[in-house]
Amino acid sequence: MHELSMAQALIEQVEKIQARENAGAVVSITVNIGALSGVDREAFEFAFPLAAADTPLAGAALVIVETPAEATCGECGAKSNPGLSGMRCGACGSHQIRITAGRDFLIQSIEVKGE
Amino acid sequence: MCKDCGCETALENGGVHHHHVHADGTAHSHPHGHGHGHEHPDVEGATRTIAIQQRVLDHNDRIADENRNWLAARRIVALNLISSPGTGKTMLLERTIERIRDRVACAVIAGDQHTDNDKRRLDRTGVPVVQIETHSSCHLDAERISQVLPQVVRADTRLLFIENVGNLVCPAAFDLGESFKVGLLSTTEGEDKPVKYPVLFTGCRVVVLTKTDLIPHLDWDIAACRRYIQQVNPGVYLFELSAKTGDGLGNWCDYLEKLVM
Repeated sequence: MHELSMAQALIEQVEKIQARENAGAVVSITVNIGALSGVDREAFEFAFPLAAADTPLAGAALVIVETPAEATCGECGAKSNPGLSGMRCGACGSHQIRITAGRDFLIQSIEVKGE
Repeated sequence: MCKDCGCETALENGGVHHHHVHADGTAHSHPHGHGHGHEHPDVEGATRTIAIQQRVLDHNDRIADENRNWLAARRIVALNLISSPGTGKTMLLERTIERIRDRVACAVIAGDQHTDNDKRRLDRTGVPVVQIETHSSCHLDAERISQVLPQVVRADTRLLFIENVGNLVCPAAFDLGESFKVGLLSTTEGEDKPVKYPVLFTGCRVVVLTKTDLIPHLDWDIAACRRYIQQVNPGVYLFELSAKTGDGLGNWCDYLEKLVM
């Protein structure tokens, strides 16, 4: 359950951003989970309210956007979204691919009260 | 008693209980005075969205980068070894260090939830070993590593092994500042582990297949395992070895020595 550590890291970061931006209460937090980030969506949805309880972010809504793995083929140059269990080019089937997206777990945005 | 709902918890918490229903329909309650405003649906104003695009593990990743720079300044190669519990990481390190210690100064950081058993085993190799007990945590993080680096690294250290907590899932998500990750898999595990746990196996530069001496006793298909590894990480360096018999250990040790040359 490393998702709990991640939820705590998320909350600390959002609080810092909130202070830096002099922002009001946080209404929602949008995160982006890459398919190769090692973060399990359901586990994170479970962990977030536990980590947020008793913090100023308790009650903020969590919005999750998922990013599939993206790869560029070294042979034909095509971009594709390989499935995790078969890292090959979606166009030509080559294994000579380079992962270009899907490893990150990002805070995409926060929605706060006020103008 | 809470004036809003009559529940008793407010007094037990030593504060006044306060219930909200937000404009977006989410509801929660909390004691007053924790820094949260008093917005109610009827006075709920406009909201604004702040775009961020920042890694959630930004704090960890920054420390990992500091570790990486610290190690690079000392010309140390650091390997983050990740596998299930029982794959044989500690034994592999014992046999590896015995073979290369005269030519390559090694050091080890061993992570476990509890006990310093691994440290006590590795201490017999004579190289500096620091044990990190993670307790409730299922993985090592960059901060823990940064705290022990000055302790474990000597002036002549060239190769640092970080034996992560036995776990195929969580450690893969945390950058420690290593040069690269090494994924280990033993012949007593399913051949398809690489496709079942692709986050680790796509993210490592080297895969080590351990306990090959057991293959004759197992219904275990090495060709299938190699295929699965290639499927998730085409072109990855693969070492097949038995730390017990020493089979294949030479290739692995040669590779490590070349890394620090």
